Amino acid sequence: MAKYLLKRLGYILVSLFFIVTITFFLMKAAPGGPFASERKLPPAIEQQMNEAYGLNDPIIKQYGDYLVNVVKFDFGPSFKYTGQEVSDIIKRSFPYSLILGLEAIFLALAVGVLLGVVAALKHNKFGDYIAMVIAVLGISVPSFIMATILQYIFAIKLQALPVARFESFAHTILPAVALATTPLAFIARLMRSSMLEVLNADYIKTAKSKGMSERVVTYKHALRNAILPVVSYLGPLVVGILTGSFIIEKIFGIPGLGNEFVVSVTNRDYTVIMGTTVFFSVLLLFSILVVDLIYGLVDPRIKVTDGGGKE
Amino acid sequence: MEQLKLNNADFEPISDKKFDTEKIAGESTSYWKDAWRRFRKNKLALAGVVIIILLGIMSFAGGPISGQNYYQNDLMNANQKPSAEHWFGTDNLGRDVFARTWYGAKISLFIGLMAALIDLIIGIIWGAVAGFFGGKVDEYMMRIADILYGVPYLLVVILLMVIMPPGLWTLIIAMTITGWINMARIVRGQVMQLRSEEYVMASQSLGASNSRLLFRHLVPNTMGPILVTLTLTIPSAIFTEAFLSFLGLGVPAPLASWGTMSSDALGSLQYYPFQLFFPAFFICLTMLAFNVIGDGMRDALDPKGR
Repeated sequence: MAKYLLKRLGYILVSLFFIVTITFFLMKAAPGGPFASERKLPPAIEQQMNEAYGLNDPIIKQYGDYLVNVVKFDFGPSFKYTGQEVSDIIKRSFPYSLILGLEAIFLALAVGVLLGVVAALKHNKFGDYIAMVIAVLGISVPSFIMATILQYIFAIKLQALPVARFESFAHTILPAVALATTPLAFIARLMRSSMLEVLNADYIKTAKSKGMSERVVTYKHALRNAILPVVSYLGPLVVGILTGSFIIEKIFGIPGLGNEFVVSVTNRDYTVIMGTTVFFSVLLLFSILVVDLIYGLVDPRIKVTDGGGKE
Repeated sequence: MEQLKLNNADFEPISDKKFDTEKIAGESTSYWKDAWRRFRKNKLALAGVVIIILLGIMSFAGGPISGQNYYQNDLMNANQKPSAEHWFGTDNLGRDVFARTWYGAKISLFIGLMAALIDLIIGIIWGAVAGFFGGKVDEYMMRIADILYGVPYLLVVILLMVIMPPGLWTLIIAMTITGWINMARIVRGQVMQLRSEEYVMASQSLGASNSRLLFRHLVPNTMGPILVTLTLTIPSAIFTEAFLSFLGLGVPAPLASWGTMSSDALGSLQYYPFQLFFPAFFICLTMLAFNVIGDGMRDALDPKGR
């Protein structure tokens, strides 16, 4: 177990190193300096600015300094917002994204699993068709269209929920629903097919023939086994929620990390882009590790100790 | 008790001409014929194919039919409701939404198909080579893929869009740079499975070269899963394009795609919701159609599903 964990952590470090290196050189290769704007700066001032931000050093030294700073979680100052540190921006905006993300994950899991189970239990009946129509629509309607539709109906027309911003629980409902739509549909489909498979398994027939009630069989025997593919979907789920937040936070005007990332991209604010990219990558790599560990705990057939994990 | 009336003729041997025991009752079907037969039964998937064909035709015919073009500004007639002259209305610069919608269809479908095709080519070569040679080659090739796979797809695409000059091909390249990994993994798995089949060994012992083995024997036999992955890659590419255009990182003006049109319409959603309706509707319709086709193909091509 400890060996497996060490190995995985090693891979994570290697991946992170690649990501940091690639983002660094990509941003260096990007056209236009950080101080390029409509108003041309006097050369002397530009020279001084470059000096202050260490942009006159040879690229290898800049790279080395950057690596050291990344380890210390210091991404330097923002180029666009003077006086703001990138790490402060991340610290300030991440809680919003975290709340929104957790809400969306909870929603996607709860409703997705429920829909899938209902569909499987009512196989080829009305309930199944309804659940699967919802699932296919959920996959086909992109999150940003879902978000604008929700915003238009519930906030503008019905005025039932706030249009934008992030101040109370009511503010979080629409963005969380929009963010959860696509993963919810995926989970429902996954859950349905695995539940159908499990319901036909021999041990379910055994349990039934021993005279157990339908409820006990469904919830104690079938559901527990059928939920495994959903657990393995948690990794992609986290990725989807995270990248989905870029656009959802923009539409709903939420000052979260996804929004900061998008703004920094449109502003060409290179230090913020690099900082958020590295932060996102750390977050993702670790959540995927955690998901794999959970998977090993939930499914005793998979031993995390033997190297390859779930392959 | 009834008496059996038998005569000598009943004990004659039956001529084997009477029964053709060797004759196979049903018509023999190939894998593809069988798959097509099952696919045809799936009405939803057929409807998806019809929708995609119609969208494809309209993407070329749409502009000429209405007699409007997609780039002509007409500020006097901005934000018009759908009318006889402008069938889908006009946008905030007075451009005809009908013409723009079909022009956008061309761009969106082109990006989707192109990105999926490039993914397919790289993925097949990478996956087939890794799966076929196995061992160290496989380990290194798949490790590279794993590292790339660890970085979220959209993050990479956005970063690349930042540093490359905006344009159609930039978008396609950015999308394919990590998009092929999924395909490579599927092809690799299939090739590894098939590598130990007898027909491969037979071909090998007859002196077939590696490339012949790979591309004449192994890859064609993995076509089922490849096709399914391909049809499911197209909607995700269309989605990515719309997503990026919505963020302002997609195709540059005056090119129109459904993503940029939705993004443009967002500002005036409160007053002119129909401007958002058309591009949004067609994005959803296209993705729905491709998803349904993909599902239908998976059901039809999966031998386990019989």
